[in-house]
Amino acid sequence: MAEAAEKEFWRWKEYNWHNPDLDWRSAEIVAAGVDVGSVSSQAVIMADGELYAFASMRTGPDSPASAENAFNWAIAGTGLTLPDVHCTVGTGYGRVNVPFAHKTVTEIACHARGANFIYGPAVKTVLDMGGQDCKAIRCDEKGRVTSFLMNDKCAAGTGRGMEVFADLLGVSIEDAGEMSLRVDSEPEPVSSTCVVFAKTEAIGLLRAGWSRERVLAAYSSAMAHRVVALLERIGVEPEFAVTGGIAKNAGVVRRIEKELGVKAARTSYDTQIAGALGAALFARALAQKGK
Amino acid sequence: MSRSLRGDCCGRPNGNLRRKVPGCFGAIAADNPGSRGRKTVPGGRGGLGREAWEEMITAGIDVGHKYTKVVVWDGERVLARHCRLTGFEQKEAAEAALAAALGDAGVPRERVAAVVATGAGKSEVWFADSRITEVGADARGALCLVPGARTVVDVGAEEGRAIRLDAGGRVVDFAMNEKCAAGTGSFTESMARALGVGVDEMGPLSLKSTRLVPMNAQCAVFAESEVVSLIHARTAREDIARAVNDAMAGRIAAQTRRVGVEKEVVLAGGVARNAGFVKALEEDLELKVVIPEAPEYVTALGAACVARERAGGKGNG
Repeated sequence: MAEAAEKEFWRWKEYNWHNPDLDWRSAEIVAAGVDVGSVSSQAVIMADGELYAFASMRTGPDSPASAENAFNWAIAGTGLTLPDVHCTVGTGYGRVNVPFAHKTVTEIACHARGANFIYGPAVKTVLDMGGQDCKAIRCDEKGRVTSFLMNDKCAAGTGRGMEVFADLLGVSIEDAGEMSLRVDSEPEPVSSTCVVFAKTEAIGLLRAGWSRERVLAAYSSAMAHRVVALLERIGVEPEFAVTGGIAKNAGVVRRIEKELGVKAARTSYDTQIAGALGAALFARALAQKGK
Repeated sequence: MSRSLRGDCCGRPNGNLRRKVPGCFGAIAADNPGSRGRKTVPGGRGGLGREAWEEMITAGIDVGHKYTKVVVWDGERVLARHCRLTGFEQKEAAEAALAAALGDAGVPRERVAAVVATGAGKSEVWFADSRITEVGADARGALCLVPGARTVVDVGAEEGRAIRLDAGGRVVDFAMNEKCAAGTGSFTESMARALGVGVDEMGPLSLKSTRLVPMNAQCAVFAESEVVSLIHARTAREDIARAVNDAMAGRIAAQTRRVGVEKEVVLAGGVARNAGFVKALEEDLELKVVIPEAPEYVTALGAACVARERAGGKGNG
């Protein structure tokens, strides 16, 4: 019982992966991208043009250590070491804290570049829903940024807001999306903008007998509404794609699609690594130039 | 400068005025709980006894996001004040708060000439004779306590207001934030929780600060993470508390400057009890603010004053 009370529902799973069918030793260029976000850090290794390995974990209070941890975890079990990497690019909120990076690139450019790789050149509008910010990006067929809008001031419409709700409702953050879709009818969105006030409002709704599913649905549509406002200001040109952690939350993504009237592109890639992947692509281009 | 509203405050919900000011009108209520009929009230102006119940008595109810406050007013003095958590049943909170305040004052309900409701939950006060906006009530209450008031700053649990008055006491302009927790009492509350201290400790703690540390986050949710990071970085709690109060004051000062700052500046709302915030705000605005003794009751008092005016009563201090 005490254990359940102490469970941290927002704590999403950290993970790493590498492609066992690829051998980095036979690759001409090994490039790395490290994205140190405000909430999560990712490292991606590319062997020539292909995704080879990645890791995603929570950013600790020490950014340089977080960058190193993510990188070390990505190369774990691959035999790869830092000197084997031809070029590394750092990105994200803590990009200046990637001590082993050759260069830093803004996360806006990296997300557009990463989305271009993940979803293909047809993508013209990218919505990156990160831990503590949300960016609407317009880009061309090469993944170059043409314009963007960003909210990094307010937790409404960011992953952090969803974490707060997961914790409040005692729902694991990975289940929040699916759960919010299990409602008979769509409730009115939570009316408060501020996450702090929305939390109070949600407690009131729970008291009034709402199910957790319904409260999640109300919050997810409020969140969708916030980011749609951002998207509409910049203009949405298909294809439209979502990156970042919230891209994995079907409840929010379906509601964004519904409000926009545009379907988001689908992928089997991990959307949370888009930034680091973009950074690795920049690193690869840099290494090619150097050769 | 300010005429004081004596007695207990919101920091203690359901505070009992009788115990606080036994020498005053409250003593009557204590001796004759629920008594009816005429009573001579000792004290009052010049210590003369007077027929209190011949006076028109009104009540103002301020149903705030967090607390519901009631002031019972005879045009000259506050007969009783009551404060309780609003909770989710605003209707019940308003009813209970009025009943408790009248009980404290020893005034039967039928003696109340008019009740005016204000605050976020004013529409829930079904028994009110009329309603008034929080801005109007704030202005009225501040003027009643500080006749020279030209700027009223009210920082409550989930709302922040800045109001500019002209020389005649009319509202010229106002700015309001009810969308964002930054710049409201809930911001300080969240940070106090992250720091592991009571919200009432934030003021005294921040006054002991010796070092300026910047707070970058504006959003209360992000600021909470920032406070946790500062704790990890072994920043002194005093310095974090000060950073929180400075950030709050910065937001409120900016909001106040938008309407224009003119003396006297009256600071109302529960956050006025945070001495660290007050100091930071005074430094930011580069002037001294006037804080009534019971700052969280200013809006309710304003409503009671308006009730009196609307019921045809004269005076209002």
